[in-house]
Amino acid sequence: MNNLVSIVDYGLGNLFNIQRAFNAIGVDSIITSDPKEIINSSHLILPGVGAFEEGMVNLRKQNLVEAILDFSDSGKSVLGICLGMQLLLSVSYEDGKHSGLNLIKGEVVPLKKTSDIKIPNIGWNELIKNSSSGYDDMLLHGISKDSYMYFLHSYQVKAKNAENISSSTVYGDNKFCSTIHRDNIFGCQYHPELSGKNGLKILKNFINI
Amino acid sequence: MKSTVRVIPRLDIKGPNLVKGIEFEGNRVLGSAEYFAKKYYDEGADELIYQDIVASLYRRNGLLDIIRKTSKDIFIPLTVAGGIRSVDDIREVLRAGADKVAINTEFISNPSLIKDSSKIFGSQCIVCSIEVYAFKGVYQCWTDYGREVTNFNAIDWAKRAVDLGAGELLVTAIHKEGTGQGYDYELIEKISNSVSVPVIACGGAGNEKDPSKVVNQSNADAVSMSSILHYHYMKHIDTHTMKYNESQLRMGIPIDSGNIDFLRDGHGGSRELMVEPCSISSIKRNMEEQGINVRKMTNSEE
Repeated sequence: MNNLVSIVDYGLGNLFNIQRAFNAIGVDSIITSDPKEIINSSHLILPGVGAFEEGMVNLRKQNLVEAILDFSDSGKSVLGICLGMQLLLSVSYEDGKHSGLNLIKGEVVPLKKTSDIKIPNIGWNELIKNSSSGYDDMLLHGISKDSYMYFLHSYQVKAKNAENISSSTVYGDNKFCSTIHRDNIFGCQYHPELSGKNGLKILKNFINI
Repeated sequence: MKSTVRVIPRLDIKGPNLVKGIEFEGNRVLGSAEYFAKKYYDEGADELIYQDIVASLYRRNGLLDIIRKTSKDIFIPLTVAGGIRSVDDIREVLRAGADKVAINTEFISNPSLIKDSSKIFGSQCIVCSIEVYAFKGVYQCWTDYGREVTNFNAIDWAKRAVDLGAGELLVTAIHKEGTGQGYDYELIEKISNSVSVPVIACGGAGNEKDPSKVVNQSNADAVSMSSILHYHYMKHIDTHTMKYNESQLRMGIPIDSGNIDFLRDGHGGSRELMVEPCSISSIKRNMEEQGINVRKMTNSEE
């Protein structure tokens, strides 16, 4: 089967720059909210910028929750980006308590504000690779340690199981999970499509998994 | 740990060309915008700002073409400014390849657009551009690329824009812009210390040290600069290449007209170079020496 990436469109975030990044690495992609197209594709990207609750509401409204869960059950690779990563977790405490897709155990909590940082975190931060994650760091293969990625977020992911943490990132007093992995499910808090050549490499790794 | 401070080249664009003036006046053509954008991406810029300098004036947007072309091979955040007046305009610019929009004129005449647009696209994508001229000790906001004065006080407006939902502020001191005299440190400090969102300092960088100064003295979260980079990356183009480039400028087509004397004759002429050109990496090196975190390119990027 040829690679065809579904970039799930549920009304949040700029999906075109993700598609452009796949174009640049020579991988076909579609922007879609059609469950049939999603299930027939080879890889799934769950993008998203914005609020957790609105994200889940939109996914449910468009019957996409089931499509995403079916897709991940099939064993094909899923990558959540930014809010899309947070949606993979069990629960979020952004404006109340909201349940997520529960594909990876853990929770989403606010970044703690200290005097030396601003929220949201907008900018480039280092990835600290977790060498003891128990998983081969497939998504981060070939990425030098301490590489910088572009972040844009106010909430952080706390994985329940340390073995799911492929990388951590420090911002102010916060140390959060920046790359997450369980079986065929991957997530990154940063935007690989906006993280220069390292970011493109991560997308390439995702396709080659 | 503090976040890294972003180094953001600003490209003033007229038609297909990169231009640069002083205090928004006397723009000279420096080359094709695409060439510089790609160069800055390769050299380690953390983001880019495109400012269409005529869009506001003529109520049109000529940037879409350049956004489409350049965003195909540039994978860092791109902020687009100039002539954006509505939610539909924002959508169009994002669709073409921008990641954020920066708006000045329309936000001042219609502040509720900040609220509406940040709700639809998210605050992270809505930058309030504030262009300031210091007059008798007062920081006044100007619109239409420095052509119209308003009765908005820059510091009050900054706070209000953030309350309305702006995710970042791009603060440009027009009276410093292009002069190489350094940023308006007091202006940036006043604004940065009164808002909770990141502030991008713009206007006045004259050498590789000024960006560090505006971070350490004025608490800027990101630094933007034009002349010092443009003139640095220009000088590596020899005469032949420049002649070759000239054909890309589409001179002769009226819409793209601009002052190309500088390209033709080089330095000197009616205006001397007022800055000390430097590279992106020398700016970052200076920042590191001054204890500022910056993003470094790693081996896996080469």
